[in-house]
Amino acid sequence: MAWFKKERYTTLKPPEMRDRIPEGLLTKCEECYAPIVTKDFEENLRVCKRCGRHHRMSARERVNLLADAGSFTEMFKNIQSTDPLKFVDSKAYPDRIRSAQKSGYDEGALAGEALINGRRVALGVMVFEFVGGSMGSVVGERITRLIERATADEIPLVIVTASGGARMQEGILSLMQMAKTSGALARLAQKRVPYISVLTNPSTAGVMASYASLGDVIIAEPDALIGFAGPRVIQQTINQVLPKGFQKSDFVLEHGFLDMVVERKDLKAKISLLLYYLTGKETRAVVPASDEAAAKPAGWPLRAQPVDPLEIAFR
Amino acid sequence: MPISVLEFEKPIIELEQKLHECETAEPRDETAVARLREELARRQQQIYSRLTPWQRVLVARHPERPHSTDYVHAMMDDFVELHGDRYYSDDKAMICGMAKFAGHPVAVIAQQKGRDTKENLQRNWGMSHPEGYRKAHRVMNLANRFGMPIIVFIDTPGAFPGIGAEERGQAEAIAHNIRDMFTLEIPIICIVVGEGASGGALGVGVGDSILMLENSWYCVISPEGCAAILWKDRAMAERAAEQLKLTASDLIALGVVDEVIPEPLGGAHRNPKETYDNVRHALEIRLAALLEISSEERIERRYQKFRAMGAFHAGEHGQPRTTTTEPE
Ligand SMILES: [Zn+2]
Repeated sequence: MAWFKKERYTTLKPPEMRDRIPEGLLTKCEECYAPIVTKDFEENLRVCKRCGRHHRMSARERVNLLADAGSFTEMFKNIQSTDPLKFVDSKAYPDRIRSAQKSGYDEGALAGEALINGRRVALGVMVFEFVGGSMGSVVGERITRLIERATADEIPLVIVTASGGARMQEGILSLMQMAKTSGALARLAQKRVPYISVLTNPSTAGVMASYASLGDVIIAEPDALIGFAGPRVIQQTINQVLPKGFQKSDFVLEHGFLDMVVERKDLKAKISLLLYYLTGKETRAVVPASDEAAAKPAGWPLRAQPVDPLEIAFR
Repeated sequence: MPISVLEFEKPIIELEQKLHECETAEPRDETAVARLREELARRQQQIYSRLTPWQRVLVARHPERPHSTDYVHAMMDDFVELHGDRYYSDDKAMICGMAKFAGHPVAVIAQQKGRDTKENLQRNWGMSHPEGYRKAHRVMNLANRFGMPIIVFIDTPGAFPGIGAEERGQAEAIAHNIRDMFTLEIPIICIVVGEGASGGALGVGVGDSILMLENSWYCVISPEGCAAILWKDRAMAERAAEQLKLTASDLIALGVVDEVIPEPLGGAHRNPKETYDNVRHALEIRLAALLEISSEERIERRYQKFRAMGAFHAGEHGQPRTTTTEPE
């Protein structure tokens, strides 16, 4: 990779820019392989400026993207995993959990309350960094409690999915989290509290066959893998080459299972607008724009939040 | 001799053949017959009373094991099949209809495998496409409108993983069934009669009572699937079957299943009639009990039943507390 970095470096950037960039701070686009200055990449929300590829964002970056600065209060952190099956594969399950916690996350989902452009919402964000965002009892319980909170307080629910499916190491109990979360959503729907499901890469299997598919509005980011069975399993089963773009956001949109594909930079504004339509209530941002910038965590892009023109109309 | 014999069944089948020869011999040696009968009973007890999880998976897949519609025809009268999801096609891996059971009109949702290759091609080896789940959804709503309790027979190696299934929204179809089954006012009884694999089973698996036949299995993934992912080797399925805790008694311990319906010694295929009787008996008791309570209460209990599933610590301020009973 060193030759690549060096070569592109000199041709793409003027000399004065090159001097400003410390060594080793380049990221390569997964799609077009263009080297991108990591800082620029992060400021552009991990989207390649050249080809538009949306790269995976961490759960905390996701919270920062959607929630008003400093407004997210994480809940249900006391729900922690146990080892109901005493499961051992190459590792004992508790050891697997412990090493997954080195990611800086304690489980596969963050759940809490937040403000989105001043509107109080129940926000769930799945953590792909933690055992592939797999859903075991803890994820199921946190998401269910979040749904129940949204139902009780009648606040809109937003869940961002990034998950490969159920957590095998919890066997049948992980399967039953699909029932538990979906049952809670049945009650939310009866109370006519809106739920927006946001699908990011990947959103497959158990989570997709439960709450991720049950949004009143379902949004996907570009380039996300979305489906029930994984492409490898399908390929092995049917022994055929899969069509190009199979199970990607545009494919799923084309087949009628998504309301829209929304670029990351527009996501917050779009959710905010949808929540206006679904609740019939306008909101006013409680944090002034200047404070918002100041409140952002260190290292977070200071660039102003991109806004949808329609969004401004409703402010 | 039966057309298919599982490896661990062989000593029993051999003894049975010997006994049959002895019984039909002229003249008949009564002492030998008695001795062989005793030996057979002892061996059956020895082999079948401690089947490993993997052996139970094999029994659950036994080619001669009764399939869902065998139960329907044995226990119910005047079955009328209802075809089609009204959107796309008629999924033959999911048989739906109405029948009389214990004096009640009931709706039947039955996941169905084939008996031979020809029938399996038609029934897709018991693996439904989205239209199967949508047909079940339609018939469940019909049952709800006209006050028919629903009896679900679960027997599937999984929802079908294919291009068409994805194009037509396999995940969406399953998710909607799961959610909407929580809102149905009529009693729902689900019984796993063979294989209960993953979302494919749960897609028709939300009920007031969840029953399992003694040698059926129910899990988030098949042992082979689990082995392929965790050990990168499908041959590790036996090990995976042990790890996954997928047998009926495991699921009782995990708080997922309400009742295990006993099978005759050696499995349902060794004595289907006895199996049907056991299932009928269990269903009658469950149905009568569910009809005693109001629909509001059933819906609330159904929610709380699934709400309680899962195992985690819920410690406050770092004090772990286990909220769900863990099996030993
Ligand atoms: Zn690119």
